[in-house]
Amino acid sequence: MGPAELLGVTTMSLTAPRRAALSEFVLRTPAVGPAVALVFAVVLFSLTTDTFLDVDNLSLVVQQSLVVGTLALGQTLVILTGGIDLANAAACVLATLLMAKLAVGGTASPVTLLAGVAVAVAVGLTTGGVVTAFRLPPFIVTLGVLTILTAASRIYAGGQSYPVTDGLLGWLGTRQYLFGQIEVTFGMGVALALYLVLWYSLTRTAWGRHVYAVGNDPEAARLSGIHVRRTLLSVYVVAGLVYGVAAWQALGRVPNADPNAFQTGNLDSITAVVLGGTSLFGGRGSVLGTLVGALIVAVLRSGLTQAGIDNLYQDVATGVLVIVAVAVDRLSRRRQR
Amino acid sequence: MTGVDGRDAPLEPVLSARALVKRFGRVTAIDGSDFDLMPGEVLAVVGDNGAGKSSLIKALSGALVPDEGEIRVDGRPVRFHGPLDARRHGIETVYQDLALAPAQDVASNLFLGRERRRPGVLGRVFRLLDTRGMRAEAERVLGELGIGVRSMSQPVETLSGGQRQGVAVARAAAFGTRVVIMDEPTAALGVAESAKVLDLIGRIRDRGLPVVLISHNMPHVFEIADRIHVHRLGRRVALVSPAERTMNEVVGLITGALRVGADGELEEVRDAVRTGLTRTGGGTAE
Repeated sequence: MGPAELLGVTTMSLTAPRRAALSEFVLRTPAVGPAVALVFAVVLFSLTTDTFLDVDNLSLVVQQSLVVGTLALGQTLVILTGGIDLANAAACVLATLLMAKLAVGGTASPVTLLAGVAVAVAVGLTTGGVVTAFRLPPFIVTLGVLTILTAASRIYAGGQSYPVTDGLLGWLGTRQYLFGQIEVTFGMGVALALYLVLWYSLTRTAWGRHVYAVGNDPEAARLSGIHVRRTLLSVYVVAGLVYGVAAWQALGRVPNADPNAFQTGNLDSITAVVLGGTSLFGGRGSVLGTLVGALIVAVLRSGLTQAGIDNLYQDVATGVLVIVAVAVDRLSRRRQR
Repeated sequence: MTGVDGRDAPLEPVLSARALVKRFGRVTAIDGSDFDLMPGEVLAVVGDNGAGKSSLIKALSGALVPDEGEIRVDGRPVRFHGPLDARRHGIETVYQDLALAPAQDVASNLFLGRERRRPGVLGRVFRLLDTRGMRAEAERVLGELGIGVRSMSQPVETLSGGQRQGVAVARAAAFGTRVVIMDEPTAALGVAESAKVLDLIGRIRDRGLPVVLISHNMPHVFEIADRIHVHRLGRRVALVSPAERTMNEVVGLITGALRVGADGELEEVRDAVRTGLTRTGGGTAE
């Protein structure tokens, strides 16, 4: 939903060029619609429940969305190129297991952390390599990678989960209190920094423009002199790096590496991306939208919980919201053509 | 060969090709074709569907690597392995589907694939784009070519067909230092917009850049072209001046009803030859 619809009557009185400028603004800033929806949801739950608008609850909402929010950041990159990554959460889980098992075996914690991130990057490099070398659809490739990694994690874990006591591995869960009462974690800071770095890279560097152009129209990008395969490969590698950080986030949030964790993490991350206004057709969207999308899911779940609505109905609500978001995306594109 | 002794042909072609061949399996798309573009001219390339015009143009713009033959730029032999190689020699191409990124704005599209960075540490270390500089430059180029676009920050998908064509042409004109190749630039446009694009081609020529114009539209060709390269069955069958030939004669050359005789005059062709039945591998890829 864009401001044009919300403003309703006001829009009618705008002069033609101003209206054109407004629709251009919405088109160039696809996070506006989701941001309006997020504010709406926060206001709604603040008014209808007593417990939602509480500093501790809001902090919890953010903490709960950290891992999926970070996975969604990598997912955004892949979706911007017109692909999709079904294996992101599986790569993240494998990384948590590797870190936890190495830590148990007594490896120095910086090495452990680097190894975990490296395995996620290696998965990204492999996925991107297969996608670009054989020109295979990312959906199929990452479906295969998902199946392999899920099995590999279970084999590697040997039917166990591994508690993490290492300080560095759990560091992102460290709590601080801003102004003596707002609870924040280092994980929030790292996630925010990661979002800002990728926002900058996507909007202020040539690499970012190439990512969008490849997702928009790969052939046009090639004819414009963009190295399409190199760009695609770089996207999968950067996404892998982000999933590695997501694994670190996961251990900070719950200091226990479990091969059965985050089984719907891939779909949840896609949900956040779509709710953030990024088009599944590629070439349109933003990481700020994804940040908003991840928060929408968390706010919805928390708000509905406060309102006493069962988990399963929350799933139904999220599902409906995803379909609505995609439909809005589709309709707004149609109007542009 | 032209321009060797410098007497009967004082000018050397900017871009030329000799005996180019390109086969796709059993289909011969370019069948020993020659090509010559002289400085400062608009050369129209005409031919029927499937005559192999597009293959020829792709070979000249680096999008396709020929199997045999030679391409020369300013008389020097070159080999293009991709569009970037041709670009490095100052040859810019406006593709039929324009090769624009629709969701990105005008300035981004103009600089797509060769973005400019800020000077100093910001550009070198932080890879920061010179967005404002690129916008200003885009505004200057579009203004100079008389392409009316409201704002450089407007997404290309919000432009009309003619404006989009204008952006693609401006990109080629801004970066082309030797040749601008345009594949069917008026095919998707209405009458008024076509006229603007033809005008634009004239202005590019006036700036000293030769233009290769691939077109089906005879009135457009006769309006703007200095010479006409007629392509048929994968090769150049005639190189004529629109001042000396009529549209009907050129159409005859395209369909094979006419051919250039040994004396340089046009002569009628009997049916069997005209339909190309005597040739093998007559099917060509567009």
